[in-house]
Amino acid sequence: MSGGTAAGGRSLGRAGVAPWLRDRGVYVAFVLLLVFNLIVTENFASIGTLTNLLVQVSPVLLVSLGLALVIGTEGIDLSVGAIMALASAALPLYLGYGWPVAIGLSLFVGIAAGLVNGSLVAFAGVQPIVATLALLVAGRGLAQIFTNGQLLIVTDPVVLALGQARPFGIPAPVIVATVAVAVVAFLIRRTTFGRYVVAIGGNRSASFLSGHPVRRTLLAVYAISGLLAAVAGIVATARLGASDPSNVGVLIELSAITAVVVGGTPLTGGRIRLAGTVMGALLMQLISTTFISNNLPFTWAQVLTAGIILIAVYVQKGRGAA
Amino acid sequence: MERANPVLEVRRGTKRFPGVLALDDVSFGLMPGEVHALVGENGAGKSTLIKVLTGVYQPDEGEVLFQNEEVSFSSPKESQAAGISTIYQEVNLIPLLSVAQNIFLGREPRNRLGLIDVPRMNREAREVLERYSIEADPKAPLTSLSLGLPQMVAITRAVSIDARAVIMDEPTSSLEAREVETLFGVIRQLKEAGIGVIYVSHRMGELYEICDSVTVLRDGKLVHSGPLSELSKLELVSLMLGRELDEVQKKGATSFGEEERASGGEPILEARDLTELPLLRGVSLDVRPGEILGLAGLLGAGRTETAKAIFGAGQLDAGSVKVGGREIRTGSPAAAIKAGIAFLPEDRKSEGIIPDLSVRENIVAAALPRLSRAGLVSEKAQDEVVERFMQSLGIKASGPDQPVRELSGGNQQKVMLARWLCMDPKVLILDEPTRGIDVGAKAEIQKLVDDLARDGLGVVFISSELEEVVEGSDRAIALREGAVVGVLSGDEVSERNLMGMLAEGGAEGGATDGKPENGKPENGKQENGGTP
Repeated sequence: MSGGTAAGGRSLGRAGVAPWLRDRGVYVAFVLLLVFNLIVTENFASIGTLTNLLVQVSPVLLVSLGLALVIGTEGIDLSVGAIMALASAALPLYLGYGWPVAIGLSLFVGIAAGLVNGSLVAFAGVQPIVATLALLVAGRGLAQIFTNGQLLIVTDPVVLALGQARPFGIPAPVIVATVAVAVVAFLIRRTTFGRYVVAIGGNRSASFLSGHPVRRTLLAVYAISGLLAAVAGIVATARLGASDPSNVGVLIELSAITAVVVGGTPLTGGRIRLAGTVMGALLMQLISTTFISNNLPFTWAQVLTAGIILIAVYVQKGRGAA
Repeated sequence: MERANPVLEVRRGTKRFPGVLALDDVSFGLMPGEVHALVGENGAGKSTLIKVLTGVYQPDEGEVLFQNEEVSFSSPKESQAAGISTIYQEVNLIPLLSVAQNIFLGREPRNRLGLIDVPRMNREAREVLERYSIEADPKAPLTSLSLGLPQMVAITRAVSIDARAVIMDEPTSSLEAREVETLFGVIRQLKEAGIGVIYVSHRMGELYEICDSVTVLRDGKLVHSGPLSELSKLELVSLMLGRELDEVQKKGATSFGEEERASGGEPILEARDLTELPLLRGVSLDVRPGEILGLAGLLGAGRTETAKAIFGAGQLDAGSVKVGGREIRTGSPAAAIKAGIAFLPEDRKSEGIIPDLSVRENIVAAALPRLSRAGLVSEKAQDEVVERFMQSLGIKASGPDQPVRELSGGNQQKVMLARWLCMDPKVLILDEPTRGIDVGAKAEIQKLVDDLARDGLGVVFISSELEEVVEGSDRAIALREGAVVGVLSGDEVSERNLMGMLAEGGAEGGATDGKPENGKPENGKQENGGTP
């Protein structure tokens, strides 16, 4: 049936299907997969499974939030996984001076990496994909130099709590991710910064001619993306109880970009669907969970993910033509 | 007329695009050994005609003849192989390849093994370059050449193909004076060789120097075709703009008020020596509160560049801008906005609206800093502004949440005006504010501009419709090739005077490099202008 009519009186029939799918598709897919699991997967309907899902999605979600902002400006950040590794590697280095110093340094490394990306994009005029590719390649190597390529055990109880504590039964990573979602949502909805972000992505010349601080905004967006990647890196390290820069956040940029795009934020910028992004991240995680818990070959999960990406991109393209 | 046969011809060509008749029953013939000027303003159909001739488009009706035979090129490649060479405005060469490689791109000389014969290619390239006195090393990569030379290489490439007809689309727009001379040398050689040249340009001086005949298009129709010498510059400009010479009626079809506005006092905007080579060569202008200053000029004369320079959106080589006597930082729209300048860009779609954002977000785009406290947007203040301006400007939308791309052109333009009026600007720069909107909205906007000036705003009004400039402005400046060629005020502001200045320019010198002087412009009447 035509769901398009429900989306808005203006667009009817065929023209309405694509926007509807774009805005709601990710929710529908998530619910369908959830129902499928409830029926098929054994022991799925348990609190344990669901919290586990949320814990596992937290790092991807944190990274996706930053990417949603970057993609909103018609940019991309490929270096988030490498920044996670850098932040993770920086964490144990000065842990001897106490957890505030360690975490502060870790976050600082993330912001600094983001500022490098942002400067290249905003001031040097390098294309975002190229600018962040450099750090994608260099970041993880640099992280391994920090740690001499070794796995460093983290024993500080406060740091570990960020990954393993469960206040009121809610895992700490889930709390961190939820707070981050709230902050980014606030940024997008209520601040001038949020307006600048979508205006730049929507029409950069118009934004510039409206007096918007285009370069400063771009710089800030990449810095925030770096910061959130660092938070994800800290959480991942804390969960593991060790800093493992060669494995933390590997290929997470792809999952995050997928989450953002599947959630309805167009790669051409100008609009950010934050709820969709959250749902997109959950969907990606649910797909892996489904395949793993049913002992299906994981390669098929990747094929399914690829299919979902194609649908998401096609649906957004349909909008452009209309 | 029919003594010799044209080398390239269109008979009764018509080309339609959805909603537009781009070419309407146009016949055009290029004689061998003739330099034929093709002129017209934006949207006149020049590009469409060229594309029909070169096989980019197929005409919906009519036929194309090349060397007396009906042809139907299905691509530019075919027409090029047949002997029609085109030089586009944007140089389409490959920057990292050498000059010789670019000249012979796609038709490189081969040796017996079928490989490219590099020494021969370089030798032949050198010969061609020398024949046309172009100083460039055939082996040098294109990127190493100075600005302008790549254009010359493109021209060399075009003429080194065994062409019978050469089409040049604004070939001089990136050339220096010396290079223009070289180009004219090339064209004269082509002429002698019996090759027909179609020459598209807006520079009157060049047309009269090099062209034999002229075809004028307007709104897709042929309005004139004949020898150029039979036409004065003034007549040519009036044909291009579609204004009769003796049509000097004041109160015409526009909605500008007739009675004088009270303008006076110190200038609210003073721009001095705005220079952005090669587009702007020292433009100066003043605007007083309550005054509408018209900016007239043909395509490429520097109207938009002047506006952008004042607003800080261009990269100036020199010049200063003062608002209310205070100098502002150039090169920053934010600084200009802060000082009270508002700028409505010409290209609404690519520089004005943010299509996917709502009417509300588009209206407050420039006002965000003043509608926010500590970086937080005040929803209340924002909605107040949006409601007030949607109402006062009569913006027709389903509501403030509707994406602005869904609005009509006229309503989008009102959204743009609202964006700037809610800033309480002191100076309003309008670049073609009535282009591409329907008649009703056009009249509304004209009236609004009039009212705004009455309220004491200084307005710079740019329009390619002379009628609008004349009826709207208290004073008018004519621009030509990036320089002020005349200033008119009061009753002197007439279509005839403006056209005269656009055609001839201020040859007497006075206003060309001087500051605009209020009241008595040195070179007000076009009759004074002589040929340089």
